[in-house]
Amino acid sequence: MDNACISPGERNQKFLKKLKARNVDVHACYQCGRCSSGCPIGDFFDLNVMEVVRLAAYGQEERLLNSHTIWLCAACETCGTRCPNDIEIPVLMDVLRELALRKGVKPAEPRIPAFHGSFLGSISRWGRAWEIGMIANYKVKSGDLMGDMKLGMDMFLKGKLKLLPHSIEGKAEIREIFSGKGKEYDR
Amino acid sequence: MKLSYYPGCSLEGTALDYDQSVREICEKLDIDLVDIPDWNCCGASSAHMTDHEVGMRLPMRNLLLAYEAGHDILVPCAACFQRLKAADKTLRENPGFWDIGVYDPAFDILHISSFLADSDTGAKISSKVSKALDGLKIACYYGCLSLRNPRITDAPNWEMPDNLERIVTAVGASPVAWSHRTECCSGSLTMARPDIAEKLVEDITVAAKRAGADALVTDCPMCQANVESRQQLGTEEKGLPVFFATELIAAAMSGTYPVKQQKSHLVSAAVLTDVMAETAMRKEGAV
Repeated sequence: MDNACISPGERNQKFLKKLKARNVDVHACYQCGRCSSGCPIGDFFDLNVMEVVRLAAYGQEERLLNSHTIWLCAACETCGTRCPNDIEIPVLMDVLRELALRKGVKPAEPRIPAFHGSFLGSISRWGRAWEIGMIANYKVKSGDLMGDMKLGMDMFLKGKLKLLPHSIEGKAEIREIFSGKGKEYDR
Repeated sequence: MKLSYYPGCSLEGTALDYDQSVREICEKLDIDLVDIPDWNCCGASSAHMTDHEVGMRLPMRNLLLAYEAGHDILVPCAACFQRLKAADKTLRENPGFWDIGVYDPAFDILHISSFLADSDTGAKISSKVSKALDGLKIACYYGCLSLRNPRITDAPNWEMPDNLERIVTAVGASPVAWSHRTECCSGSLTMARPDIAEKLVEDITVAAKRAGADALVTDCPMCQANVESRQQLGTEEKGLPVFFATELIAAAMSGTYPVKQQKSHLVSAAVLTDVMAETAMRKEGAV
């Protein structure tokens, strides 16, 4: 993180309001560093977890949305569990990823949101995840055509990937969920 | 005893054998599993990571379906368990926000190993063991989502859990003391960033080997697939198989470890086959 000053006037108030609505009290952080020290992916982050919390408290949405960290976070919940002030850091990460996608911010780790998109695409279509369809879709979206070919074949030969999707009866309900139910109220 | 059962998508695909072992042992323990009718994917973890409404409404549909049946819900997948618990708590707090009039179900949502490790069920499992897994040294691996965040999971010992150790002991194997029981394996990143998964899996398997373990045991289908598939082994190097807790119980109860089940592993499961054969030989010797 660079050392440039951040003035209170640069705070994105809408972003801070959003965090409040999701019960993420970033202002409770006293920078003990337990979140960063226990993070299993921390070695790969550009912003460590505590920096994310601090930048969030400063309302620095843009820097956060452009970071690698928000995509590399694996949602293991170690940080939030160990935070002495019960700051919901995993929810903060969820909010940041969702904002980045809604705003169309070019992701620093494009393969990761591509994976999420392929997985959710499979569910929105069938109601349950169908791995082969999801993997094929991800390969095309991410451009990672050759990665894990051998593993995929091994798993297929061991009967771990089913050939056809299971389509649930309540697909109309699933479609309704994916068409933005609840978001009519701008949340 | 009747339970609603939520298998989740992994147990229809990459962890199909997990589903079979759960059903097999529940039948032997006189537990009647009733699948939640027309259940859907809970969305873990992509849904809640990128879309709050979808991440809430997917598990919510399953909870409302189970509400009608009324029984406690048994969940073998740690990720599904965590999402169902999170949605259940959120809904109880404010059903109106989620367009539900009344939501006050009497059911508990049970993750499989806390259910199997409770003292009554554990004793029942022990009493039905036909071949104790003597000498099998096991590193019990919990991963993340059956434990964290305890505000969601209600796990009593999230840093020092012992459910898997209790189960492993009940079937006669020996749990080892080791360091990485609750570390993340980065299953949710395994497709997009296999390099990260390989590093985390290496840390986990090196730690387990250092403690003298022959194998890992888990109760999470994501961990099982990820930790077996991301081990980078040299030609001479032996990998660590990752068994499901229910797989060990099924083997110990039935006294057999079918070839089909052995072959479902990406890392050789010979260590369990060997222990089963040794136990059988010792038994014959004793007679």
